[in-house]
Amino acid sequence: MTEPQPLLRARGLSKSFGGALALDDVDLTVLPGEVHGLLGENGSGKSTLIKILAGYHQPEGGTLTVNGEEVPLPLPPGESRALGFEFVHQDLGLVPALSVAENLFMGEIVKPRNKFFMSWSRAQREARQIFERYGLSLDQNATVESLRPVERALLAIVRALEGLRRTAGAGPTLLVLDEPTVFLPQHEIGLLFDFVRQIAQSGSSVLFVSHDLDEVRQITDRVTVLRDGRVAGVVATAETTSAELVHLIIGHDLTAMAPTAEQQVLDRPVVLQVSHLTTRWLDDMSFDLHAGEVLGFTGLVGSGYEDVVYALFGAIPAHSGSVSFAGELVSAGSLTPRTAMAAGVAFVPGDRQRNGSIPSLSAAENVNLLVLDRYFQNMRLRQRDLDDNAQSLMTTFDVRPPQPALEYGSFSGGNQQKAMMAKWQQVAPKVLLLHEPTQGVDVGARQQIWRMIRDATAESSTICASSDYEQLAAICDRVGVVARGRLVGFLTGSDVSKDRIADFCLRSSAGVTADVVSSDLDFNPLTNH
Amino acid sequence: MSSDQQVREPADSSQAADVAHRKRFVNGKSLEALALPIAWLAVVILFGVLRPSTFLTTANMSSILASQAVLVVVTLALVVVLTCGDYDLSVASVVGLSGMLIAILNVNHGVPIGVAILVALAAGLLVGFVNGLFVVLLEIDSLIVTLGMSTFVSGVVLWISDSNTISGISPDLVQPVIVWRILGVPLEFYYAMIIALGVWYVFRFMPLGRRLLVVGRNREVSRLSGIRVGAVRWGALMVSGLIAAFGGVLYVGTSGAAGPTSGLELLLPAFAAAFLGATTINPGRFNAWGTVIAVYFLVTGITGLQLLGAQSFVQNLFYGAALIAAVSFSQVVRRRRAAGTQ
Repeated sequence: MTEPQPLLRARGLSKSFGGALALDDVDLTVLPGEVHGLLGENGSGKSTLIKILAGYHQPEGGTLTVNGEEVPLPLPPGESRALGFEFVHQDLGLVPALSVAENLFMGEIVKPRNKFFMSWSRAQREARQIFERYGLSLDQNATVESLRPVERALLAIVRALEGLRRTAGAGPTLLVLDEPTVFLPQHEIGLLFDFVRQIAQSGSSVLFVSHDLDEVRQITDRVTVLRDGRVAGVVATAETTSAELVHLIIGHDLTAMAPTAEQQVLDRPVVLQVSHLTTRWLDDMSFDLHAGEVLGFTGLVGSGYEDVVYALFGAIPAHSGSVSFAGELVSAGSLTPRTAMAAGVAFVPGDRQRNGSIPSLSAAENVNLLVLDRYFQNMRLRQRDLDDNAQSLMTTFDVRPPQPALEYGSFSGGNQQKAMMAKWQQVAPKVLLLHEPTQGVDVGARQQIWRMIRDATAESSTICASSDYEQLAAICDRVGVVARGRLVGFLTGSDVSKDRIADFCLRSSAGVTADVVSSDLDFNPLTNH
Repeated sequence: MSSDQQVREPADSSQAADVAHRKRFVNGKSLEALALPIAWLAVVILFGVLRPSTFLTTANMSSILASQAVLVVVTLALVVVLTCGDYDLSVASVVGLSGMLIAILNVNHGVPIGVAILVALAAGLLVGFVNGLFVVLLEIDSLIVTLGMSTFVSGVVLWISDSNTISGISPDLVQPVIVWRILGVPLEFYYAMIIALGVWYVFRFMPLGRRLLVVGRNREVSRLSGIRVGAVRWGALMVSGLIAAFGGVLYVGTSGAAGPTSGLELLLPAFAAAFLGATTINPGRFNAWGTVIAVYFLVTGITGLQLLGAQSFVQNLFYGAALIAAVSFSQVVRRRRAAGTQ
């Protein structure tokens, strides 16, 4: 059997920025109908490679062959689409306030076939037919902002495929999905993957760009791994273990973590006692946090688990309940970020770009924000000391490059997150609250941040709200699961594993609580009301 | 925490590129920071060459410096609020209110000038307080609140003055503002510089200045970092009212009189100078010395053109164009910078 003719074959692509090679002699081959993974850490060259295929960057060397025909590089604008390439980026490019149909026919709105008349009834009919053809149940009249995240992603993909059908006709096509799962909750990723498989079966190739190992393992047939702008390996997914892929991505093996044994933690003194906490989503939640404990909270999207950390910091209002910080009782509703900070609580929110940092200010200005008063001496801010402080924090927390004067927004996701950890660690919090501490962070930095959390918790305690079960398993001593606003139970000890957490979340929200903590079995609406 | 326990990432090849890019960027930034002062110098030299007998005289120079002291002060008032992420369109009308209060109290009612000044400053503070009430407490857009307040205050001025100009302000005010001189320049100029010094000091050397900046960039981040966002914004609006009222003191001290629409003409020039000032010294941020330079750059240009025979409409052309150019310029720079850090 001969190897099928590749849909796309790139050879020896190189690209440098300011003298540094971002891509160094990279080959990429995508076969017809395959889901091909492009895996690597942030800064490994994935986006540069994609941008060359999109005609956005001009490579300095290399050749490109599409369906056996040589294509001159660089690609002129619009050429990639004529070749049958279409790109869906993580921001999806949808207009939230417009309807599904309007978004689907955005191309028609921008460049109409008939300039003076557009039949919206026809557009709606066509939209319905298109969704039927793809087996999707999307309401073409709903606004995009009312869709679930995964539905938005599916819509963006359908729009890309339909665009290709119009421009490339029946020829072979390549759909490039650039980090499509970053904004998706864990349980919806499966839906997206089913759809991607369906696309591949219908003959289109998919290039799946990601830094998430598990997703790449789930969905792809083959993987090209990039590291430092070079191809670290091209492997068949089914024949490669997770550890082998990690080795390809980061060039060495990960070190194992040893979480504190559970019983040890529960014997330690209680530092934070939460009673009957109720918020817009949470309903009567009570728990204790122990010294040296990393306590996780999770649940399906919409369960409200993330409200815990926001409410305990006073970032969102609590409707009722009380919190006891080291014996001092306060009502949860009276908490503000200022009072929480005064009680020794720190909070790193999940959306670091909007709630955690100011990308347009320097790294130093961001990390120094909490300690300005410390450096106000003799009627002036000690600018040099502030810079030194930022410099030493960035070195300690391995923020790269360790240059405090750089704009915060110019750092990679992982380094931004490490800087946020540094910002809050310098106030030596007694309780550290985290929401999705490694979202959009590459695998190496993820490990570092986990270690930072564990290290910090040696002298304090941490609560981490996350839908990333692998992360919870890696750092938590206990994981509380929330379903429909209620704390259903805790997983402890060897139950704190990715599979157990996922299992528990799904079961508890489906109402199947058979093997849930015993107290919840006693819950009976009739006897309680 | 010790860093040597941490897992090391492999070296990132894009780092070197980033550093190289940054080096260029830093040099580019210093050039950008000096562009406006250089342009100012060029304008001075240009008109000096074209009109050596009139433009480069001490009298003309000191007149340029002193005559725009009020504009410097009003622009600084605006810069405080703009840094905090809000607008204050009421600064110019506060100048009029403050001036008119001094004139009425001092001239019509014989109130001592010192007391009249205190009342005027308190009125400015009050306007800022009411602005804050709506902007902070009721969470109304500051653009709308201060736009309404601007018209409301100018209505008050017309009302209390009965649409008359009141002249005959006590020489106790006029002398220390416009008559007494240091190095040939009326004291008025130095008062404006003292305000600029104060704004510069707060912005650069006080934690409050940094908080002001951070609140202006992102209120949610500020709140989650323990900053009292409402208090900072409210305070900025009040300080703005106070500084603008001080501008009114200088205004009547300069002319010895208060007119029913005095000061209103300063609003657009103040905005033009504030945004132009944000492109220099510390580009991308509203700053005190950039503001001073921007005011004098604009005024030098206008004075020079008028000495060449241009009519008074050139002022409107100049200020209007400068506002649009300054904002466009900073937007383009920001976009280019954003593209550069991708």
